[in-house]
Amino acid sequence: MENTVNIYLFGKRYAVPESLTIMGAMEYAGYQLVRGCGCRNGFCGACATIYRIKGDRELKVCLACQTKVENDMYIATLPFFPLVKQVYDIEKITPGEAVMMQLYPEIYACIGCNACTKSCTQGLKVMQYIAYAQRGDFARCAEESFDCVMCGVCSSRCPAGISHPQVAQLARRINGKYLAPASAHLEDRVREIENGTFSELLEALTEKPLDELKELYNNREIEA
Amino acid sequence: MAQFDMLESVKKVEAAREANLLFEPKRMTAEEKDALLVAYHPDYKKEEFEALKIGANRGDPVPHELAAVLEGRPRITPADVDLTRIDHDCDVLIIGGGGAGISAALEAEQNGERVLVVTKLRVGDANTMMAEGGIQAADKPNDSPAIHYLDAFGGGHFAAKPELLVKLVSEAPDAILWLNKLGVEFDKAPDGTMITTHGGGTSRKRMHAARDYTGAEIMRTLRDEALNRNIAIVDFTAAVELLTDTEGKCAGAVLMNMETGELTVARAKTVILATGGAGRMHYQGFPTSNHYGATADGLALGYRVGAKLLYADTLQYHPTGAAYPEQIFGALVTEKVRSLGAKLVNAEGEVFMHPLETRDVAAAAIIRECSDRQKGVKTASGCGVWLDTPMIEMLGGEGTILARIPAMHRMFEKYGIDIRKEPILVYPTLHYQNGGLDITPDGMTAVENLYAAGEVVGGIHGRNRLMGNSLLDVIVFGRSAGKHASEKAKSVTKAESLSLCRLEEWEKERTAAGIENETPSPKLLPVYSHGNPLFQKKYF
Repeated sequence: MENTVNIYLFGKRYAVPESLTIMGAMEYAGYQLVRGCGCRNGFCGACATIYRIKGDRELKVCLACQTKVENDMYIATLPFFPLVKQVYDIEKITPGEAVMMQLYPEIYACIGCNACTKSCTQGLKVMQYIAYAQRGDFARCAEESFDCVMCGVCSSRCPAGISHPQVAQLARRINGKYLAPASAHLEDRVREIENGTFSELLEALTEKPLDELKELYNNREIEA
Repeated sequence: MAQFDMLESVKKVEAAREANLLFEPKRMTAEEKDALLVAYHPDYKKEEFEALKIGANRGDPVPHELAAVLEGRPRITPADVDLTRIDHDCDVLIIGGGGAGISAALEAEQNGERVLVVTKLRVGDANTMMAEGGIQAADKPNDSPAIHYLDAFGGGHFAAKPELLVKLVSEAPDAILWLNKLGVEFDKAPDGTMITTHGGGTSRKRMHAARDYTGAEIMRTLRDEALNRNIAIVDFTAAVELLTDTEGKCAGAVLMNMETGELTVARAKTVILATGGAGRMHYQGFPTSNHYGATADGLALGYRVGAKLLYADTLQYHPTGAAYPEQIFGALVTEKVRSLGAKLVNAEGEVFMHPLETRDVAAAAIIRECSDRQKGVKTASGCGVWLDTPMIEMLGGEGTILARIPAMHRMFEKYGIDIRKEPILVYPTLHYQNGGLDITPDGMTAVENLYAAGEVVGGIHGRNRLMGNSLLDVIVFGRSAGKHASEKAKSVTKAESLSLCRLEEWEKERTAAGIENETPSPKLLPVYSHGNPLFQKKYF
């Protein structure tokens, strides 16, 4: 039998195998998860969780699907956090500093406590990317925040009421749409397709007998 | 069966690394691939399949686990709901809030129709969010939609429906442009040229990416746009039965609140099933790389009202699921790791195949190393082979891994494995539902006014799918379904009375065929107990 550890789910004690993640441990204990469980792989941010180890004062945060249980772990999940999400028209905004001031003015109330960075489940420099957003440097904000899974833990710790993931989302969209260079080859190809450049070629392919297609496929040239 | 000790084996891999890096393994011939698949690929294990007893595909083989759900006990009976009480009225009802569902919603809204999206978890909780490696589109000068077509058609064993595949490859560049204009950040060179790589089975480098968060970047952008447009999205609400009008045309759905169990009725002029895949069915006991909600719900819902299935007997086992550590068993190790130069190496330190064969071939080859050839490495849950990630930085220079595959680095770092310095153990994981609902190029199923898009669809890829063609298909066919379903809605009169008559007929068919299977259908969520011995006593 595998070693077990004692954990406290919302204060209630369970003995669970020590190899399990917090999410696995909840299921082992009998929970059928609906809230707080998404991709189970660290990409979706559904399973933000707060915990404290008995004897410690510090509250720690993590993704339940990515974190192993420890003995004497007090666990509370945070499956939803009411972030502020401002609505805007991506086609009409001007990619300058003013848009951030308009939509998320609270970022300028940041007191520099760095609680957001300390709490990030992805280990991102959250306060730093907010600083870039304050300056209207959306490219850097996008770069620094790219791995964000929008779990919302940073915002739960923010004394200034900033919705960091939403600020970063706006910066990334502005960067992707307006600031990063356009792809001429892509636009050219879309135009060619619209003009029917490849239609005959494709049609000819679909009409070829199977043997001929197999021959073509098995002998096609592969780019090095 | 597994054979080699991990620590001893890793030494062999390290010792052989320099030579393995230079070694250029041969690609297999068509005959070699066919023989390998028949002998080792899970799709070819006849005993794992059974013939359907009822419905439009009666007699066709499907995995046992899928048959149980397709022929299972519907979650409601007609007596459970009052169909004259319309709780939600809309033009286009979209079931599923992943990449296909939200793409469809954006297009349907753009077309002026009233859209309702329902999703059983949160919007964006979907396999799209987890797609790591990339999205294909033939947009480089040395490439063309025709070459893309040939790669995908051959890779899918010449079984794709040509009209669907033509649409996929022809609309691919426009899909990328659409996403880019919504603000999706693709990896680009300073002059704007898309940075593209190979995937297994591609003959041109056409894999576009946003690091290794490609699907997440696409999904969060689509979700943000849907919220900006105030599209009605109802979270934690599953469809449990499709409704028809008196003529049998699809006209809505019975919905269930996943938290309270409350049933509600949604009426619509057209319905789009965008419920995604089936990895959480754990076919043949495989682990999965899929999202928690990937339980083939759309197949069950569609099949009961008369939609046809295509290739429901073919699944994709991604060759490189994590085999170690145990906590991430089955999690996806993106194919991009191989695109960037990591080779597959067995326990003896031998490169046993070309790293960029198609997924089915690579999966079968890994299973062969771990079974008959006895050259696998022992793990707690079975066995695996090495994916020699340090090769990536030897080829691409220091820093390549953090710049191109940060999610992979993070996933293993949490368990004390630095993939820049150490190889990782992999084994095939259930990844993708190749088959699904049969559709026309407009996205309609065999049931009038019922559309389908995304992984729930079958036939776009044939019997195997190439990396990067699924993210592409959710965008292309999601948008298309949204456009066509909303256009169709303009000419549909709202159903005066809604009906569950198909459900009544279904129960009669079940009885007539002697089916006693009581599996609740659709499945909605998997149940896990992680080996808890007390768990069999669980009551609810």
